[in-house]
Amino acid sequence: MRGKGWWLVAFAVLGVLLALLGLASGTVNVPLPQVWGALFHADGGAHAVIVRQVRLPEILTAAAAGSGLAAAGLLMQTIFHNPLAGPGVLGMTGGAALGVALVMLAQPIWTMMPVPDDLLITGAALIGAIAVLLLITAADRRVGGGVTLLILGLMVGYLCTALVSVLQATSEARALKGFVLWGMGSFAGMELARLPWIMVPVSIGLLFALTMVKPLNAMLIGDDHARSMGVDVVQVRRRAIWITGLLAGTVTAFCGPIAFLGLAVPHVARAFLRSADHRLLMPGTILLGAALALGCDLIVRAAWTGAALPLNAVTSLLGVPVVLWVLLSGRRWAGR
Amino acid sequence: MKTMKSLLHTGNLSVGYGRKPLMRNIELDLPAGSLTALLGINGIGKSTLIRTLAGLQPPVEGGVWLDGRNVHALSATDRARSIAVVLTGRPPTGILDVETLVGLGRQPWTDRWGRSTPKDRAAVDDALERVGALHLRHRQVATCSDGECQKVLVARALAQATPVLLLDEPTAFLDLPNRAEIVRVLRSIAHGGSKAVLFSTHDLQLAVDLCDRMLLMRSGEGPWQGTPQEAIASGELGRAFHGSGVRFDPSNGTHRFVP
Repeated sequence: MRGKGWWLVAFAVLGVLLALLGLASGTVNVPLPQVWGALFHADGGAHAVIVRQVRLPEILTAAAAGSGLAAAGLLMQTIFHNPLAGPGVLGMTGGAALGVALVMLAQPIWTMMPVPDDLLITGAALIGAIAVLLLITAADRRVGGGVTLLILGLMVGYLCTALVSVLQATSEARALKGFVLWGMGSFAGMELARLPWIMVPVSIGLLFALTMVKPLNAMLIGDDHARSMGVDVVQVRRRAIWITGLLAGTVTAFCGPIAFLGLAVPHVARAFLRSADHRLLMPGTILLGAALALGCDLIVRAAWTGAALPLNAVTSLLGVPVVLWVLLSGRRWAGR
Repeated sequence: MKTMKSLLHTGNLSVGYGRKPLMRNIELDLPAGSLTALLGINGIGKSTLIRTLAGLQPPVEGGVWLDGRNVHALSATDRARSIAVVLTGRPPTGILDVETLVGLGRQPWTDRWGRSTPKDRAAVDDALERVGALHLRHRQVATCSDGECQKVLVARALAQATPVLLLDEPTAFLDLPNRAEIVRVLRSIAHGGSKAVLFSTHDLQLAVDLCDRMLLMRSGEGPWQGTPQEAIASGELGRAFHGSGVRFDPSNGTHRFVP
């Protein structure tokens, strides 16, 4: 542990710097002193609206989404002893996508409900994720966890994808484009007033994830060894699944299905910290997840592209090399 | 040895999966300060017995008693403070240094965040020293040889500071000197720390030469236990592994392979 704690400080500093950059840059570049004024002074100056109403919600959403997905990814990787697990491995993001597809593509009575469109989409995603979560926890009680549960989650994910594609094939072009855009993921468009809706559940999930570092460490040497050291493996797994559902479900509901961040960040954190000790790795993963999501958000909004890039293209372009690196240097990072 | 207090004992124990017993009528005593070898052919239920003794799976019938308390009725923490176990094979640790891995053994004693006190660190140092692995403490577990890794895993169980230590085939995959080294370490742990140590093995010679007691699992009847000398004299050791191609020579207590 000694000395490695400085990495956590470095990750936090990186996150703060990227957040400041995110507040300052975009289609209109705001000098940093004015960013400060816009945030903390009542009159705020010329760019107060952009900084406070548009960019502040976006970077806070990015930080919450990045840290939440990364923590969920680490939980799944440890619980299932699988370096390639991520927050979506139990099918909960698939369930969220199915919920959104039902609202956006099937359009039976939904459109007549007195709810704003974006809230309807968020609600549908949450309901979809919760439905899969309940299915998985019910199955966990029967199959007794492990690889069987992992395969079940993958199957549910495939099933959701299949149903979504059926809905896509039968939907009209305008609705289809809307769904495809949702599927690209985005940190933008969050209203300042609604920020607590993502910040509060994600914060709760992160706090619970941090309380699990001790049993997660025991599970590094296998479920049976963990049990012999007094860990209630069944309860730990169930708790991890619920936290992952809370984190991944919330993030997907507000930002869409975001690829790779949750899978890749724990590996990057391990590579820097050179330790699988969750007392370091969990806070490190959370901080680095926030920082890397802020970095992705910067690239998405980079002025030189003209139009905004799809978020999932950016996370995948950054994430794929990381996953390949993990696979190719598997002996070092993935165990053994 | 006979006069020593029995730490762990079983009464009319049947072990197996579900309701089907693999082995019945196990009457076993593990005295403090003694090293016991568990011998038997593949599939006879050695691992199942160890898992049952450790409280990792319920007995089909009967019970396991530790100082008069039922192991399977103990709280998870109480059990973890009483029985440590090293299961077979090399666990997938990921990136972990030896010191951190051995420190995991302190989990039943640390607070909810797993913070180590000076006492925990002393226990880790002591465990590493007793298996002769102090020089490995800052190494990554993944870079250790099989022999070094097995010592580290024994140290992890030792750091758990339990009166009973159970090991499933700790000498598998090791070369001859390392096998001898591991069993010598187990012997010194048992004798020096007055612990009850049981390990399963296929190394007959090591068991005969270095163990205080033997537990032979025999197919078709209950297990036999006694000292290695008794096992040889009574012919039990010869019978336990008797089969085509293997013959026991009671004059020098060794098995010979016949073509």
